[in-house]
Amino acid sequence: MTTIAENAAEAVSSVTDGSTILMGGFGNAGQPMELIDALLECGATDLTVVNNNAGQGDAGLALLIRERRVRRIICSFPRQSDSWHFDEAYRAGEIELELVPQGNLAERLRAAGAGIGAFFTPTGYGTELAEGKETREIDGRNYVLEHPLRGDVALIKALKADTVGNLVYRKTARNFGPVMAAAASTTVVQVDELVEAGGIDPEHVVTPGIYVDTVTVLPDATGRSA
Amino acid sequence: MSTDTSTLSREQLAEKVAADIAPGSYVNLGIGQPTKVSDFLDPEQGVTLHTENGMLGMGPQAHGEDIDEDLINAGKIPVTETFGTSYFHHADSFAMMRGGHLDVCVLGAFQVSAAGDLANWSTGAPDAIPAVGGAMDLAIGAKDVFVMMSLFAKDGSPKIVPTLTYPATGLGCVTRVYSDHGVFLLSSDEEGAPVVTLREAYGLTPEEIAERLDVEVVDGTGSAV
Repeated sequence: MTTIAENAAEAVSSVTDGSTILMGGFGNAGQPMELIDALLECGATDLTVVNNNAGQGDAGLALLIRERRVRRIICSFPRQSDSWHFDEAYRAGEIELELVPQGNLAERLRAAGAGIGAFFTPTGYGTELAEGKETREIDGRNYVLEHPLRGDVALIKALKADTVGNLVYRKTARNFGPVMAAAASTTVVQVDELVEAGGIDPEHVVTPGIYVDTVTVLPDATGRSA
Repeated sequence: MSTDTSTLSREQLAEKVAADIAPGSYVNLGIGQPTKVSDFLDPEQGVTLHTENGMLGMGPQAHGEDIDEDLINAGKIPVTETFGTSYFHHADSFAMMRGGHLDVCVLGAFQVSAAGDLANWSTGAPDAIPAVGGAMDLAIGAKDVFVMMSLFAKDGSPKIVPTLTYPATGLGCVTRVYSDHGVFLLSSDEEGAPVVTLREAYGLTPEEIAERLDVEVVDGTGSAV
């Protein structure tokens, strides 16, 4: 059942020290900035964060890393022109990095949400990132065994939710949202708009409410038009 | 085989790649130099661009009022929609690649081996912060993988090599190399041995190119250059 949280602080209250957080977003698109700000304020630490990147500039995930609240990050592309907080923490040996090819990251999340025990993928075969992993040749092609990636809490951003937790996203801000929603024990969503059940055409629902535990309305601080 | 006296500029190279993409193809253009290919795609070709962060039917870069922070490409550059655009989540987007639905992927590279092994994600420098993004997925995620790169490194060493010395991104995946000095087709013979065919040469004669590479090069008839 989906509950509606009054604010971001209440929405993230299920996060505890040592939690594994699946954090939506590709760069800043779809990054749940206000939920991350609430996470900063709540003080939870020793976190494992799964995100495509390792924070940009001085906002969102980058601040969580700056404050050394992230013990370990699982991502595909940490190094960017403005990933200075991650770079500093990494060079100081103050954050662990598990580097995962982007498609494997997405599929590992999908597998977790779908109850798949593990899967063979061709991505990464014969590379450093597959070292030590089980491999198999199937019909003449080589594959690497990859395992699901589950989270305690998913923090994601969608455009709109209804009161039973059905979600629609906006453009490329959808990115990891649907697979993370299914892969976490508790899924928390910040939306620009909340409508009554029935307010989203059932044919247009992208993430069904069964995957969504908590919704909070946080109209986009940047004020972009929908 | 055509031989030109001057090397191809980046624009000419992008134009050549664009001209070689079959009409109606679904194509992913990697970050950097490959992005330029889109400038030379003829709308008549009916090519649909995929960007791995979750969009098919990607339009040109957005400017000014058209910039929307929720509408970016894999390089995090603001882009636009086209008629027929669709959005999907990351697992679908990479399934689309891994599942063999894309026709062509165009990537940059540090090195390509004669067998089509690709190195483009890491120089292997011990102090570098590693980052892979979608490179390994893209390498194995299209029916044809075209590489755009200079044929020689700054120190003059060839970038088409017998065996990679940089860390691999994918094995046996590159089918063509578009370089400033020529276009190479990578294939294998009946025994599975790699065959590097020089289709066109620029700035150097085919013989000069063959002389400077450490791999055997054949011409369009299969004869050694």
